[in-house]
Amino acid sequence: MKQAISINVNGADHAGEVEPRLLLVHYLRDVLGLTGTHIGCETSICGACTILLDGQAVKSCTMFAVQADGSNITTIEGLATNGNLHPMQEGFWECHGLQCGYCTPGMIIAATQIVDRNPNPSRDEIRHGLEGNLCRCTGYQHIVEAVEYAAAKKSGV
Amino acid sequence: MIPAEFNYARVSTLDEALTLLAQNEDAKILAGGHSLIPAMKFRLIQPPLLVDIGRIKDLSYIREEGGQIRVGAMTTHYQIEASDLLKEICPLLPECAGSIGDMQVRNKGTIGGSLAHSDPAGDWPAAILALNAELVAVSKNGERTIKAEDFFVDLLTTALEPGEILREIRINKPNGRTGHAYMKMHHPASGFAVVGIAANLSFNGNNKCKAANIGVTGVAAKAYRATGVESALTGVNLDDASIGAAAAHATDGADANGDLFASADYRRHLAEVYTKRAIAAAMKSVPSA
Ligand SMILES: Cc1cc2nc3c(=O)[nH]c(=O)nc-3n(C[C@H](O)[C@H](O)[C@H](O)COP(=O)(O)OP(=O)(O)OC[C@H]3O[C@@H](n4cnc5c(N)ncnc54)[C@H](O)[C@@H]3O)c2cc1C
Ligand code: FES
Ligand code: FES
Repeated sequence: MKQAISINVNGADHAGEVEPRLLLVHYLRDVLGLTGTHIGCETSICGACTILLDGQAVKSCTMFAVQADGSNITTIEGLATNGNLHPMQEGFWECHGLQCGYCTPGMIIAATQIVDRNPNPSRDEIRHGLEGNLCRCTGYQHIVEAVEYAAAKKSGV
Repeated sequence: MIPAEFNYARVSTLDEALTLLAQNEDAKILAGGHSLIPAMKFRLIQPPLLVDIGRIKDLSYIREEGGQIRVGAMTTHYQIEASDLLKEICPLLPECAGSIGDMQVRNKGTIGGSLAHSDPAGDWPAAILALNAELVAVSKNGERTIKAEDFFVDLLTTALEPGEILREIRINKPNGRTGHAYMKMHHPASGFAVVGIAANLSFNGNNKCKAANIGVTGVAAKAYRATGVESALTGVNLDDASIGAAAAHATDGADANGDLFASADYRRHLAEVYTKRAIAAAMKSVPSA
């Protein structure tokens, strides 16, 4: 039986009816058309589908849309403000934190959580925080540097 | 990877959840969903009804009460990992929480879900056994307390009865000269424990071990207390030789799992090595008098 949900995504309210088995990532991509959130593995491993659910980084392939009813979600599309890149996006741009870009939306969202919780993370702490995000291209080094760039920029260093 | 169809009910009180469970024999509780949803996606299970307890107020807390630490079943791994109170009074819990999966998994998965699921490679069972925790289960018939050592029954099977919900985990506040540690070999892909050893030791003077509790996960179908190690440590002055002799009992009586990643022999070997490391680390963590 379909279930009514209402979810705020990137500041906009969305209401509708969904099947309980609809995964949150499919709701974002197929119902709302927000295809910035990627699907890499569908098995909770790769982190490409990471979004912020009420401020917590979670894998949207491992949640049903109905569970997010009443919540606030931020996807990669919601990070930039007034056309200005979020510091984390800028870091990935400046430090070449991506090649093909497939993992990037999930990486950036997870990385914002790392810096929110720990404004000055060490390289080890960054790597530990990104354990749930796989990248097949970069070898991670530039991603770690991108996160360091964003942390430094946020704290005004 | 689309799960089979199911009905979904979100409850706001424990009582509502218990009523739905009593009325629907095959219903499943949905907590963090990080064991349940993967299993549903593979259609390993197809529950007709999910009862989402994620919004029940007061099922997610960490508090000190009557000399005990009380943790609500819906408390996430991350909340435990980040708890300043626990870092101070029971650091084994945050240490264990921080070793689970990855940041996103820890943000969503819960201690109650993990214990109720009782994955043979799950981390919480080892820590809960080593801390001699008590688990509070509620059903329509009331509440009962289950000792950790009676809770894990078999592969993915606990002492919880149909219709019961795990509500709270209770741990006696460690006092005196005690030390804890959790040592885990991470599966490189999933992060689960190939072997995980939780040690909880208390000492008289010097290095004489007054009591030892050792919880083992990853080795067998269910987590267990390594009683052979515990008795070999109790009353003994701990040094490399006595720790090594005790750790040799880590898999006594256990039927070790073998899989593509680690054979049964390798797991037994790891269990011994990680038991030594956990005991040594627990000794180091004892606050100096
Ligand atoms: C990529 C990935 C990596 C992981 N790595 C690890 C790891 O390294 N170590 C580890 O220990 N775990 C790991 N996990 C599992 C994770 O910790 C889960 O969160 C946990 O096992 C289940 O908790 P949950 O809250 O998600 O429960 P759910 O998945 O919602 O529920 C699990 C089961 O328990 C039942 N249940 C849930 N809550 C209750 C309750 N209060 N009372 C009665 N029954 C209940 C449900 O009906 C279900 O059968 C990993 C998971 C993923 C997806
Ligand atoms: S698509 Fe969700 S973790 Fe890979
Ligand atoms: S940039 Fe290609 S997967 Fe990360």
